[in-house]
Amino acid sequence: MKKYTYTEKKDTRSGFGAGLHEAGKKNENVVALCADLVGSLKMDAFIKDFPERFTQVGIAEANMIGIAAGMTIGGKIPFTGTFANFSTGRVYDQIRQSVAYSNKNVKICASHAGLTLGEDGATHQILEDIGLMKMLPGMVVINPCDYNQTKAATLAIAEYEGPVYLRFGRPVIPVFTDPDQKFEIGKAWMVNEGTDVTIIATGHMVWKAIEAGEKLAELGIDAEIINIHTIKPLDDEAILKSVKKTGCVVTCEEHNKFGGLGESVARLLTTELPTPQEFVATNDTFGESGTPDQLMSKYGLDAVNIVEAAQKVIGRKK
Amino acid sequence: MKHTIKELEDIASQIRRDIVRMVHGCQSGHPGGSLGCADFFTALYFEVLNYNTDFKMDGVGEDLFFLSNGHISPVWYSTLAHAGFFNKSELATFRKLDSRLQGHPTTHEGLPGIRVASGSLGQGMSVAIGAALTKRLNGDKSYVFTLHGDGELQEGQNWEAAMFAPFHELDTLICSVDYNGQQIDGPTKKVLSLDSLQAKFEAFGWHVINTDGNDMQAIVEGLHYAKTLTGKGKPILNLMSTQMGAGVDYMMGSHKWHGTAPNDEQLAAALAQLPETLGDY
Repeated sequence: MKKYTYTEKKDTRSGFGAGLHEAGKKNENVVALCADLVGSLKMDAFIKDFPERFTQVGIAEANMIGIAAGMTIGGKIPFTGTFANFSTGRVYDQIRQSVAYSNKNVKICASHAGLTLGEDGATHQILEDIGLMKMLPGMVVINPCDYNQTKAATLAIAEYEGPVYLRFGRPVIPVFTDPDQKFEIGKAWMVNEGTDVTIIATGHMVWKAIEAGEKLAELGIDAEIINIHTIKPLDDEAILKSVKKTGCVVTCEEHNKFGGLGESVARLLTTELPTPQEFVATNDTFGESGTPDQLMSKYGLDAVNIVEAAQKVIGRKK
Repeated sequence: MKHTIKELEDIASQIRRDIVRMVHGCQSGHPGGSLGCADFFTALYFEVLNYNTDFKMDGVGEDLFFLSNGHISPVWYSTLAHAGFFNKSELATFRKLDSRLQGHPTTHEGLPGIRVASGSLGQGMSVAIGAALTKRLNGDKSYVFTLHGDGELQEGQNWEAAMFAPFHELDTLICSVDYNGQQIDGPTKKVLSLDSLQAKFEAFGWHVINTDGNDMQAIVEGLHYAKTLTGKGKPILNLMSTQMGAGVDYMMGSHKWHGTAPNDEQLAAALAQLPETLGDY
C-alpha cells in the first residue's frame, strides 16, 4: 500500500474559495453570486479583490440560479454559492430549465454536502444531490476529495464550457493530494494499485478509503484504490480496467446509495462487465444532528465499513 | 416611427393568422395569450427593440427580450419569422417532431432569437436581471425587455426577482405584464387574486406604467415612454391590459381558449376576421 501522509487538515470549501479567487485573477469574466452564505462558502478573498464582480442575492436561491443563467449571456462565467441542499433540491427546476436545458455556462458550487455538515441536522444534510444533478442531461458532476483537489477542480471548471455541479464540504480533513495537481474533468486518479479488490471513492470518503487500504494490507488484502472525483462523465475506462484485474468492487460515497456514484458504477458494470459490488453509502435515510465523526460512524461511512465491505465482496468472487 | 400604425396593425393581423393556423396545424398550443400579445410583439420587434437578425447568443450592443410565459410561443415564433430571424415556412413545423419550434421556446434546437428556455413559469425575470447585470459589467447600455403572464406572477420566484431589481437599481430593465386576468383554471380573481399589481410593484420600488396592450398606438407610445424612464435608478414595469384571444371574437373574454386548438370550422371563422396582409406561410 502506497503511503499517504498529511501535515495539515483543511476544509474542501476553503479549497473552493482559494480556487475561485485564483480563477477570478486569471479570467475577468469569472463572476460570483451568493445567497447569504459568503463566509460559509469562503468567498471573501474573491469579493475583496473583485467587488464589482460579486453579486449578493440574499436568501433567494431560485433567483440566484436564474440570474446566473442570464449573466452567461454576454460572456460571464458565473459561480453560484450556497449549501448543497439549497443548490440542488431547492432550485431543481430552475437549474433544469434555465441552466441545463438552456446549456448555460453556470458553475453551481455547493458546500456543506452530506452528513459532515453535522449539528444542523437533516434539513441541511443533503444525501440526494449527486443523483439529482447527474440525471440532468449535459450536467458535469464533481465531488473532490481534499483542499488541493477542490482548488484544482474549481480552476478547471472555470475553463470548461458548460454547466457544472461542484460538491464540497464543511469539515476539516487531511490534505493529501498534490498542491500543483492538474485536474482533468472525467479522469480518475489512481490512488493505489492493487490486485484483490477495487475500492472506488469520492469526496470525503477517499481519505477513509486510504485508511481502509492500510488496514486491508495488514490483513493481507491488496486493495486498488481509485478516486472518482468526476461522477459524470464517469471514467469508464479506468473502472473497467481495474475491475478486470481485481474482479470485485466497493464504492464509497457520502450520499444515498440510491442515485449516487455506486449506482453509476453498477450501471457501467452490469452492461460491460458484471461484477460483485458492495456499497458504502447511506441506506435510503435522512441524517440527524451530531458531530461529523459521530454521524459518519453511525451511518456506516467509516474506514471499518469499507474494510468489511471489501472482505465481503472478495468472498462473493466466483 | 419606422412604420405607420396601419402598417404595424397589418403585421399584427398576419401574426394572428399565423397563430391560429399554427395551433390548428398541430391541434395543440396556446392561442388565447398569443393573440392577446400580438400587438405587443409587433410593437416591440418592429418599432422598439434594437436587434440583429444575424443571431448571436451574447447579444452585445443589442436590446434583449426574454419571454417568461413561454406557452405563448406561437406569437413569438411568428414575430421572429416576420422580423427575419428564420424563414416563415418553418412555422408549419410548430410542435411537430424534429422541429426547432418546440411547444415552449428553447435554445436546445438552436432557433435564432431565443436565449433561454421558458415554459416552467416564473423564471424569466431572474434571467433578464442576470443579462442586465452582465450588460452593466460590460458597459453595454442597451435595454433588456421581458414579458410575463399575469397568472404567472403567482410563482414566488418573480417576487425574489422583483425585490432584487430595484435594490440593484437595474434601470435598463423593462418588464411587461400580459394583464388579461385569465389563467387555465379561470379568472385570476377567482383562482388566486393578484389584487393590485401596481401597488405591489411600486412597493417593491418599480416605476409602474399602464398601457392598453391591444391598441397599437398606445402600446408603441407606452414602450417608447418606458424607454424614457430608464436610467433613473428604477426598473420599469409595464402593466399592459389585454384581452385573451384578441382579434378572434369567439376566443375573447374567456379563459377557455388559453390552451385549446380550433377545429377546421373554427379556424375558418377566425381567419375570416384576420386579413392576410403579408402572405400566409
